[in-house]
Amino acid sequence: MEKQNLKGWLYLLPAFLFLGAFMIYPLIDVFVYSFEEGYNSASQTFFGTGLYNYSYVLHDPYFLQAVKNTFILVVITVPLSTGLALLISLALSSIKPLRELFQTVYFLPYVTNTLAVGLVFMILFKKTAYSDGLVNLLLLRFGQGPVDFIDGPYWAKMFVLCFYTIWVVMPFKILILTSALASVDRVYYNAARVDGTSRFRIFTKITLPMISPMVFYLIITGFIGAFKAYSDAVALFGTNLNAAQMNTIVGYVYDMLYGDSGGYPSYASAAAVILFAIVLTITCINLLVSRKHVHYT
Amino acid sequence: MKITLEHVTKKFPGRGRKRHEEVTAVSGFDFEFPDGKLVGLLGPSGCGKSTTLNLICGLIRPTEGRIRFGNDDVTELAPEHRGVGMVFQNYALYPHLTVKKNIMFPLENLKGEQKLSRAGMEERALEAARLVQIEPLMDRRPGELSGGQQQRVAIARALVKMPRVLLLDEPLSNLDARLRLQTREEIRRIQKQTGITTVFVTHDQDEAMSISDLIVVMKDGVVQQTGRPQDVYDDPVNLFVAQFLGTPPINVFRGSVRQGQLCIGDAPVLPIQGVPDQEVIAGIRPEGFVPDGSGPLCCKLDRVEVMGRDISVISSHECCQAPALRSIIHSELCVDLNSDTVRFSLKPDKVFLFQSKTQERIRFEAAGTQ
Repeated sequence: MEKQNLKGWLYLLPAFLFLGAFMIYPLIDVFVYSFEEGYNSASQTFFGTGLYNYSYVLHDPYFLQAVKNTFILVVITVPLSTGLALLISLALSSIKPLRELFQTVYFLPYVTNTLAVGLVFMILFKKTAYSDGLVNLLLLRFGQGPVDFIDGPYWAKMFVLCFYTIWVVMPFKILILTSALASVDRVYYNAARVDGTSRFRIFTKITLPMISPMVFYLIITGFIGAFKAYSDAVALFGTNLNAAQMNTIVGYVYDMLYGDSGGYPSYASAAAVILFAIVLTITCINLLVSRKHVHYT
Repeated sequence: MKITLEHVTKKFPGRGRKRHEEVTAVSGFDFEFPDGKLVGLLGPSGCGKSTTLNLICGLIRPTEGRIRFGNDDVTELAPEHRGVGMVFQNYALYPHLTVKKNIMFPLENLKGEQKLSRAGMEERALEAARLVQIEPLMDRRPGELSGGQQQRVAIARALVKMPRVLLLDEPLSNLDARLRLQTREEIRRIQKQTGITTVFVTHDQDEAMSISDLIVVMKDGVVQQTGRPQDVYDDPVNLFVAQFLGTPPINVFRGSVRQGQLCIGDAPVLPIQGVPDQEVIAGIRPEGFVPDGSGPLCCKLDRVEVMGRDISVISSHECCQAPALRSIIHSELCVDLNSDTVRFSLKPDKVFLFQSKTQERIRFEAAGTQ
């Protein structure tokens, strides 16, 4: 028995080594860094340990801006993208002709490169002294002044960022939800029809509870994904996100490590731990809410 | 409420490579389901019996023909306007709702004048639950119930809105053997108690025979025979019906009629009148054999199974289409177990003749004494 056990552990050893070296150790290291004050990456020395890094980060206006941006992004994009994806999936599952074409069209953004798409969005929304993007041309047509979405007022930029994020995350959600809808046994709909259930009631009382595990999965991963947003902002507004007031928490972490003002792994680690705490809290709240509304069968 | 089907036909468009060929699921169904009776739609898989049920329910529309409930033509009506209650094969209970909510679901859909108060709904739900004897389970989820209990919940949900017609699609197929016996009695009791016109679909002839007032035997979308179960059993119109009804199934022989005698092999086994000489198919019910030391039909004896009151003699005969010839005889009649052969004489009313080509019944009069 003992020997058998040992053998088992031996087989697991390679996986443990890799996981330990590349996942568990870095995770612990981030926590350790975040408490080391005055860390110098060149000499790998630090003065002492304490909460100074947290204090610094929490008082840094750039970090507060990043937190604000991230929360706005999360609050707007997660419900909107999930809701829209649900509507589109419902529409897709209720049409017969061209369904496959539409499914492909809706899935295309998923396989396109984020940065390339960001560039396209930038061109669509941009305004320079010489030329306007398509969106501004349309606005002008309706008698609205051109708005600089890329380099202009904060809300215009936030609008583009949200719009872009929703556009990027929707295909995956549509894919998941269409298959979830397809997996609901038709017999329930037949039973509901025989009982004279209205379409709205069928949706709220049957369809939604039946696909609730999938919706919940999308909301959880949506929250986490939106909290970790970074490349979208870079694709639209370039690398100097602090100047553009469009930084996100992950962007802040990156800047602290490698940005022009970078080289502070301790601050970066503290920010990363704060992000972890935020995501953990939100996920726990989600789980608590889901207990009542998600039906696993 | 009687249900009348007038020449109802349902064709489905073909799919894939057979796109251009229509599939006829039900063809020219004419029948009147009498008021307050329990009717079994019986047939092998794919014979169109479930399609027929769905046509009555309104989930699909017939290609041709009319469907009437009483004097109302409901052919074009959606299921919710027909006043039908349906129990689906896998029950289709909403898994996320409790039993009580499942039963109340149809009531919550009612609008306008029919709308009930919350208390009224609970009352009705409880009444339905009482009818199927599941009141103690009202707060459970369907997943926590046994198959038989789920079945009862499904029936309660179908009955709660007091439909004019109750439809059951293979109601017993998901239950184990013992529960099946119990539940079919239960369905019979509920049907009697409510007096509601009920149609149920089954491929199990035992089930259909035991509880139906009337059975409709279908094959390939065509009604073969309708009538009281015993009548259909005793007087099948063709070989298919004769073979489909009865356990153990009827024994089928290649035979011929020669000079007023039914011959199986070369041996004349039964004198008959009114049938010209021809090749025939002879069906003999298992209970139509009488062991008789000087009987005309000689079979090779394989084994004897004692089933209490009756014994089942399994033998073989070269003209029998199945390798085993099953006969059921009263246990008081004895068979010599040590003999290699067993001889039978036949009960004429348990012997049916069919034309060898069309497999339609040939009627004859028994001659002389058996």
